[in-house]
Amino acid sequence: MDTFLEALAALLLVLGSLMSLIAGIGLITFPDLLSRMHAATKPQVLGFLLLFAGLIIHLRSWGLIPVFALAWGLQLLTAPVSAHMIGRAGYRTKHVAKETLHVDELKQVISNHSQTTGTTAAVPPAKPAQNDEPEST
Amino acid sequence: MIEIAVWIGGVMLALASIACLWRVFKGPSILDRVLALDVMLLIISSALCLDMALNRHTDYLLFTVVACTLGFIGSVTVSRFVSDQRNA
Amino acid sequence: MKDKNLKHRDQRIDDALDTSGVRHRATFKQEWPLLLLLIFVWGALWQDFSAGNLLFGAIISIVIVNLFPLPPVVLPGRINLWYCLKLFAWFLGQVFVASGHVARVAIVRRKKARSAVIAVPLRTESDLVVMTVGHVLTLIPGSFVVDVDRSSSTLYLHYLDVNSDADVEKARANIHDIERRLIMAIGSPDEYEAIKNECGPDFSSRKPKK
Repeated sequence: MDTFLEALAALLLVLGSLMSLIAGIGLITFPDLLSRMHAATKPQVLGFLLLFAGLIIHLRSWGLIPVFALAWGLQLLTAPVSAHMIGRAGYRTKHVAKETLHVDELKQVISNHSQTTGTTAAVPPAKPAQNDEPEST
Repeated sequence: MIEIAVWIGGVMLALASIACLWRVFKGPSILDRVLALDVMLLIISSALCLDMALNRHTDYLLFTVVACTLGFIGSVTVSRFVSDQRNA
Repeated sequence: MKDKNLKHRDQRIDDALDTSGVRHRATFKQEWPLLLLLIFVWGALWQDFSAGNLLFGAIISIVIVNLFPLPPVVLPGRINLWYCLKLFAWFLGQVFVASGHVARVAIVRRKKARSAVIAVPLRTESDLVVMTVGHVLTLIPGSFVVDVDRSSSTLYLHYLDVNSDADVEKARANIHDIERRLIMAIGSPDEYEAIKNECGPDFSSRKPKK
């Protein structure tokens, strides 16, 4: 059993590091900023999970689990938000390579909005506030 | 056994951090750079996890929690700064 | 303080149009999950879950919540723990798939990786569900949120590895599947009924029947 747990911990540590390597490879090979965002967020979260699980199993200290839950929960909450913020800033400041996009359904919304207000920094226009939804009460 | 795993993992992390540094050096925009540095921070905390496993201690545990928050605050700050049209 | 009995949609429209900068204050009923979370953070950081420590954490949480008030989150008032558990298990699986997907695209497709920015209108009206859908889809294969239109619950996503219009439709169906799972777990009763009606009696199966 002990050997098995040791082997499991070692495997988890290696896999966790592999996720960082995948993120690194993705950062190099993807052609534009928005694609690189995928490489930066997804393997990070999984890699952290695996590394911490490996660490807990290796040290056999179950008291670490709350700290681990806290750190991983924080990551689940923050990684999408920072990806969104960077992606949004990148899209709005024209750092996106448009030729790598198959379709772009946001372009029209933003250009409509810029014509009416003369800015690209605000949210897309709200649809008129009609209570046309059948339910919602 | 854990020594071998830490060695393999360490090599992978080293390669990954080289990739990140290359992107920081090359990155066409500041956003690419901040993204790469964000990943770099996570690589550093992964390395600390490996060290904790190898030397059987938990001294760096809270750094990994702080690193999540730091990376988040850093990238949000920079992207707010970039969104401001005067700095674009 | 505005009318307390705002419905989801009304409050969303209200917030979106509100430029006065006046903030709604959350009531205790809306804030207790946040307080519990802060107490947990305190306990986890000290690695000490004894009653005294937690009590001190509770005092600090209450002070913090009152010093730095946040806009209230309208809770749906319904939670199904079984579907939450199922959702979480599915989510964990998808996190593994996501890394594999990124690795495959990064190594196999390299510079040829094409992608798309697509608009996905959601059925839900609740901010909480929209936010959770955004978080979940950022961490599962293929997608992340570029922009949000709050008043019509539309998410603008960046989708990786999209090469044809069929892929775009598949992506949209995927997002609606996530939304269905989330509404089943934490959606308001009306939306839950709507999902049930839409997907037929077999609504908890893997793929929504059209």
